[in-house]
Amino acid sequence: MENKLTKRKAVEKIVFSILGLLMLSSIAVLGVIIFFIFKRGLGVISWEFLTSMPKNGMTEGGILPAIVGSFYLVSGAILVATPLGVFAAIYMTEYAKKGKLIRIIRIGVNNLAGVPSVVFGLFGLSIFVKYLNFGVSILSGALTLAIVILPTIIRASEEALMSVPDEYRSSSLALGATKWQTIKNVVLPAALPGILTGCILGVGRVAGETAPIIFTAATFFSMRLPNSVFSEVMALPYNIYALVATGTFPQKQIPIAYGTAVVLLVLVLLINLVAIFMRIKFSKKNTN
Amino acid sequence: MLNWKTKEKIIKNILLFFAFSSILFLTGIIIVLFKEGAPIFSKVGILEFLFTSDWYPTYDPPGYGIFNLLSGSIVVTIGAMVIAVPFGVASAIHIAYILPKKFKNIVKPTIEMLAGVPSVIYGLFGMKILGPFLREVFGLPTGLTALNAMIMLGIMALPTIVSLAEDAITAVPQNFRDASLALGANRLETMFRVILPTASSGIVTAVILGMGRAIGETMTVLMVAGGASLFPSNILKPVRPMTATIAAEMGEAPVGSEHYQALFGIAIILFLITLIFNIFADFAQQRFKKKVSGE
Amino acid sequence: MSKINSFVVVLALLLVAVMPFSVMAQEELTIQGSSTVLPIAQKAAEVYMEQNSDVNISVRGGGSGNGIAALIDGAVDIADASRFVKQAEVQAAVENGIYPVPHRVAMDGIAVVVNPANSVEELSLEDIKSIYTGEATNWSEFGGPDMEIVVVSRDSSSGTFEVFNEITLGKERLTKAALLQASNGAVAGVVSDTEGAIGYVGLGYLSDSLKAVKVNGVLPSNATVASGEFPIARPLFMFTDGWPEGLTARFINFILSAEGQALVKEQGFVPLH
Repeated sequence: MENKLTKRKAVEKIVFSILGLLMLSSIAVLGVIIFFIFKRGLGVISWEFLTSMPKNGMTEGGILPAIVGSFYLVSGAILVATPLGVFAAIYMTEYAKKGKLIRIIRIGVNNLAGVPSVVFGLFGLSIFVKYLNFGVSILSGALTLAIVILPTIIRASEEALMSVPDEYRSSSLALGATKWQTIKNVVLPAALPGILTGCILGVGRVAGETAPIIFTAATFFSMRLPNSVFSEVMALPYNIYALVATGTFPQKQIPIAYGTAVVLLVLVLLINLVAIFMRIKFSKKNTN
Repeated sequence: MLNWKTKEKIIKNILLFFAFSSILFLTGIIIVLFKEGAPIFSKVGILEFLFTSDWYPTYDPPGYGIFNLLSGSIVVTIGAMVIAVPFGVASAIHIAYILPKKFKNIVKPTIEMLAGVPSVIYGLFGMKILGPFLREVFGLPTGLTALNAMIMLGIMALPTIVSLAEDAITAVPQNFRDASLALGANRLETMFRVILPTASSGIVTAVILGMGRAIGETMTVLMVAGGASLFPSNILKPVRPMTATIAAEMGEAPVGSEHYQALFGIAIILFLITLIFNIFADFAQQRFKKKVSGE
Repeated sequence: MSKINSFVVVLALLLVAVMPFSVMAQEELTIQGSSTVLPIAQKAAEVYMEQNSDVNISVRGGGSGNGIAALIDGAVDIADASRFVKQAEVQAAVENGIYPVPHRVAMDGIAVVVNPANSVEELSLEDIKSIYTGEATNWSEFGGPDMEIVVVSRDSSSGTFEVFNEITLGKERLTKAALLQASNGAVAGVVSDTEGAIGYVGLGYLSDSLKAVKVNGVLPSNATVASGEFPIARPLFMFTDGWPEGLTARFINFILSAEGQALVKEQGFVPLH
């Protein structure tokens, strides 16, 4: 009996250690990827690299137009997707009754989230670039990206709104406020940190998206900053792809691709970190 | 001045419109895909399109058979799951069940960060670092192979699987666990006989969504899979998955041409596959919810 | 409420930031197409923009088919192409009310390259055909070492692919085992990394890490391409919609000028004069 017990204990220990090992390797993978990208790209980074124009057919110079281009695309996408997503979430949490309608809407959101990014690119190409004739432009790219992150923002906002305690609502209603006044003055402010976290996560996702902008917004080489929403732009993720896969002078261009990758990676990881901290802080506040 | 009741009603209807935006876009995508892509099915024949393997869109006469591309996508996705599922589910179990709470708050976000890394960076890594490594190890002509794509996609599907599977395991009610322990089972037995069976449909959801992510991934496979439209009979040879084909060829196809329609045709197939995945995931999710709420 | 207000303020600030900061009137020119012509177009655009600060030229690659398709759609001002426009493309263009006009900007030879470690020095057009159709799979058939041939090709969007295909393969189809690469640079990279590889690149991409083979007894060089001796050669084009005017005309004239042709030579192509 004693023997059997220790054996059971030993088996448990072994299995748990294997699980732990697999988990640690999952984390190690992230470390390995970040390490290699930094090792190869960090040396390229300089103030000049970040703030100057590309030169000599993207074989020298900096990536300023790509940074600016990505900034425009991401801001545009967030500006469009945030109101859309937040209003949708308000309806879903505050107005809709549990039942078929909400189920259909939720299936729609889930399926939109599962659409492959290249399919969004085709949609953007067909609707914004061709049908609405916006051309390959910041506008087409930002609108396409807005659809890509809409589900992320809806879900985050929904979660944030649902975590607002019901007493807030009932006390506001009891004081004679209408439903919309309650939402606007009580529920939304309480849910704001959660909604913001969702937006920040959306920014992180959208900054790295490449496939949706290949046909809708991106250009390989530009020596001027964009001057209207109808300009095509360079963008960080597309710049990496174009330099590595279609670059014509690999020896000179691949280091620039690594440099661009470091910039993008730092940006995206920072954004994710901020979102994580906000989430932790917010959840603490709510449980208190 | 509007009566407040009318005003409330108007606001409610405006919000309802916004709530339908996702469905609106989803419908829009379906309409666009079929409008642009369906003609190829009537020209080539849907069976011919799916089950012949000559993809020569720019030749005269052209070949529009996507069988090799479709099987490339499927094989790469299955391979990615073979890698991601053991690592992902094991990590999820460890985080949810074994790891002390204070570590959990560090480990889970760290793995979720993998989801934040842009696909093009995975592509760069696979192309320039993993590729040459695989070439050396296996003595291959090129490291850009189906295997490379499987590994990279496996890594990319990992955070989805870990995060959702962990949620599922954590959602198993505490009293299930307590009851099992009280009956004399140890933690390992409780895990295998009580927790995992209960969480299984939640874990299935996680895996299906991970598969959806892998099969729809574009930039990584475009960069690391090698791009030869071979039937994937050997994972050490290059393949050309559907997403990579669309991304590589779309720019060149004049609008409305057969090639353009054929690429939208591929997108229809891809969209339908992910749609089926999502519906299955949704179904498994519903089942899981019922199970843990104790019905 | 104040939280909501500050949220709105932040959004508004972002909106302002999104507004373009330069409202200065600029002339725009967009160029898209062949990755072979890309270095010429880029370099010329760069030099031209340095001389004319009120001009914004955006250059994209993606392949000849891509560029001409964009011209047909009216999406670009100039389409770079390393092949002539196809009959079907002219038809599609005319239906859209667009009249593609070719401008020859340079000459280019397509060099067939192998890894420097490969002992094979010469191939006939027939040999190249049997390799690229997948008929021949080992270098020993051509007097080389007993080594599997790794066929590297450009993907089908490339004009280099189409010209190479037409001259060497005729109507035959490329083997499915071919590794399809998106650019000259990528082909050069794979061939220089892979012992058994064969590929083809524009003359501008020849370097020490590649070995150009004689085709039908002729080594590719500026002289043999210009004289027409080297069999796999073609002119490079820029297509415009109708006879060019304004900035488009000035830019094309710049490339055709002595200064522009010097840039062509500097990028490793054969100048027209």
